[in-house]
Amino acid sequence: MKNPIAERIADFLKHYPPFTSLTYQELVAISEHISVKYLEKHQILFKVGDATHSDFYVVANGAIGLSVISDAEEFLIDKCDEGDILGLRPFFAKNNYLMTAKAREESIVYAIPIAVFQPYVANNTNVQNFLLESFASNTRNPYDKDHRGKLISENIIFDEQSATDIQYFQPIKYTKNPITASSSDIIKHIAQTMSNSRIGSVIIHDNQLPIGIITDKDLRSKIATGLFSIDTTADKIMSSPVITVPENISIAEAQMMMLKHNVGHLCVTRDGTEKSPATGIITEHDIVAAQANNPGILLKLTRRATRSKELKAVRDKLTDLIQNSIDKNIPITHITSVAAEINIALTKRAIDLAIEKMETPPPTRFAWFNLGSQGRKEQLLLTDVDNILIFEDVEAERYDDVKQYFLQLADKVIETLEKIGYEPCPQGLMANNELWCKSLTDWIKQYNTWINTPGEKGINLSTIFFDYDLIYGDVSFENSLTESIFNSTDNNQLFYAFLGTNAIKKPAPLGFFRQFLLEQDEEHKDAFDIKNRAIMPLVDAARVLTISRGIKGITNTYQRFKKLADMEEQNSDLYLECAEAFNTLTWFRTDEGLQNNSNGGYINMQELSKVDKVKLKNCFQPINDIQDLIKNRFQLTYFT
Amino acid sequence: MVLDWLTGKDIPQFWKQYLAHFDKEEQNGPKRYIVFDTETTGLDWKDDVILSIGAISVINDEIKVGDFFEAFLKQDVFNPENAILTGILKEGKEEKIIEAEAIIRFLDFIKDAILVGHNINFDVEMINQALKRLNLGKLKNVMLDVDVMYQKFKNLPEDKHHNLDELCDIFKIKKSDRHTASGDAYIIALLFLKLKRKLKL
Repeated sequence: MKNPIAERIADFLKHYPPFTSLTYQELVAISEHISVKYLEKHQILFKVGDATHSDFYVVANGAIGLSVISDAEEFLIDKCDEGDILGLRPFFAKNNYLMTAKAREESIVYAIPIAVFQPYVANNTNVQNFLLESFASNTRNPYDKDHRGKLISENIIFDEQSATDIQYFQPIKYTKNPITASSSDIIKHIAQTMSNSRIGSVIIHDNQLPIGIITDKDLRSKIATGLFSIDTTADKIMSSPVITVPENISIAEAQMMMLKHNVGHLCVTRDGTEKSPATGIITEHDIVAAQANNPGILLKLTRRATRSKELKAVRDKLTDLIQNSIDKNIPITHITSVAAEINIALTKRAIDLAIEKMETPPPTRFAWFNLGSQGRKEQLLLTDVDNILIFEDVEAERYDDVKQYFLQLADKVIETLEKIGYEPCPQGLMANNELWCKSLTDWIKQYNTWINTPGEKGINLSTIFFDYDLIYGDVSFENSLTESIFNSTDNNQLFYAFLGTNAIKKPAPLGFFRQFLLEQDEEHKDAFDIKNRAIMPLVDAARVLTISRGIKGITNTYQRFKKLADMEEQNSDLYLECAEAFNTLTWFRTDEGLQNNSNGGYINMQELSKVDKVKLKNCFQPINDIQDLIKNRFQLTYFT
Repeated sequence: MVLDWLTGKDIPQFWKQYLAHFDKEEQNGPKRYIVFDTETTGLDWKDDVILSIGAISVINDEIKVGDFFEAFLKQDVFNPENAILTGILKEGKEEKIIEAEAIIRFLDFIKDAILVGHNINFDVEMINQALKRLNLGKLKNVMLDVDVMYQKFKNLPEDKHHNLDELCDIFKIKKSDRHTASGDAYIIALLFLKLKRKLKL
């Protein structure tokens, strides 16, 4: 029976890629499997985190917005109009939707079952290319600043411009000179080799020619299940033939081949056929890595890095990611927490690598703490790093040797951190300074001295020592330190008074006529010192208030204010305002820093729009109010 | 039916099958709606006959393009004016079947689905007349009319009617393929999806 309705839909589809590449008969056949959906305005098609549907969608009329939801707020990322395709994620990934698709107006969408469309993808290079190009055009090219702001999305919108100049068609990086085995090798030995070299696959060759491949999956499904014993020879369980590709294959082609043959590994050979020697191996990981700009992949890359150069590449990508997120108005708390995770992973990896470089393993257990903005997990720009090292108590006669070892280790770590792009602390507040690399007992003594006899010099140093974050080592170090600190600070009015005085040193930056207080010195004339006049007062205020309330384990300024708001109902409004103000200020500083490749400390007022000026000014009232609160609470009136 | 049985008249197999769908226990699966439309030789259900039937299903708020029915009927009553309007010429290209065959296939397609149409009483009456000519009873299906649904949605009086073109304009539905049974069925199906959503059916 003819189906005029399917024909009518085919008539519509044929105007839009990738359907333009299919014949009319094929389109009618596809259309017969289509479901037509009506969406009311604001109706949701799929949500972030929903399991992927068995269909993808074409907008027949109306408009569907794609957004990410963060902290209960929605951020529109893209809009699909008539003929646009969305919900392609199931083609490429098994995980859930990363975005929410919601009707921006009354819309009709065609739902096309992926199972029905898949054969056309596999059999038609144009369709395949279109999907891949579209997938790729959402992958931002980190070298092209004009294309910033395209996070990997569910969506594809055909844009010839972006499809042609993408990095996607550049050669993929892969493992050269792969580890191979011969078909008569015993599985157990192959598995040992794989495990020692930390690789997921081995190419099986016969006279240099690739004849098969053994992957983790083969070991899992054929050996671990008991189907074959571990002293079987390789040829019994290898997957054969292996899919071969030529050298210099592009990312797009590689992904296409995997999609087409439903495999996760490709064998690179000299002439691209299995009749020439294997020269490399491409894994799914290589493809992901090549288009990586999402936090999960950055973390993975960090953990796999073996050289500081690779770590630097991750940090550079993180800068891109932060820039993207700022452009996209993704909430600053979200950005900072992602950035903090990556910063932590980078430091950790730098320590791992340093230990490997040392001639002997660490003589005793130790812990590495980040301090300052990193310790508070709020460092977005590549500013300076502060850190300390604590090692386990050892006998007096070993003390010097142990300390020497850790100073050397810290030296190597900091060297790597500098290569990554972090600036060393100008005050030398780092673990390779012998003052800040010592045993747990010595550290506890150190903290007690600061807390109980807070001299002017002491206090200046100690404020950032109270924002520490354990990066490496056993959590017991952190617990002992925290325990000891809070025992000494408990109800220690003198100590609070000093911390409080520090917090109100710089009053809210508003002049008598509510004008901005601008800098007078030559270098920063008429710029606004956002770091010292607005951000630091909030950081300092949050610190003294949380320590005095005995709040342990939270160092992030935003989180500290949130926690305070929970604990003190009568002041919760003020605390929440401070939390918000802190986010807004961080946003300004980060934006400034990224634009001028600086630490964002000074905002040029001339460049701010009127709206931004008001936004900035609105942050000052809470600073003023929180300083009043601190003055009253710690009875600081006489000090100032 | 009981009467037919008492008089010993043969009940055709297809009609038994059709009726059997209504004897089944309450089903748990999603409801199947069949949106349909007929093109006829005129508007007099006594004298006019069906030229074509188009029908498509709606399940779970989705139009299932593949769950589709269309039939063109051989006819004796032929009105040239009507043919110009509906595009169905007496010797058109479509495969034509006799009325009885069309009714058999139609019943097999709709089963116990809820029928949806515009001015559905007329379309149902046309089918019922055809059933009568086969000495069978009337359609048993539950019926919904998009015109009545719109009246309910807008709280309009019962005598306030809207034709299909008007409803399409109100709901911004493109009026391509009007005046073929399947084209109209699809348009009514879109209207139905929208009204169903608005009335939270």
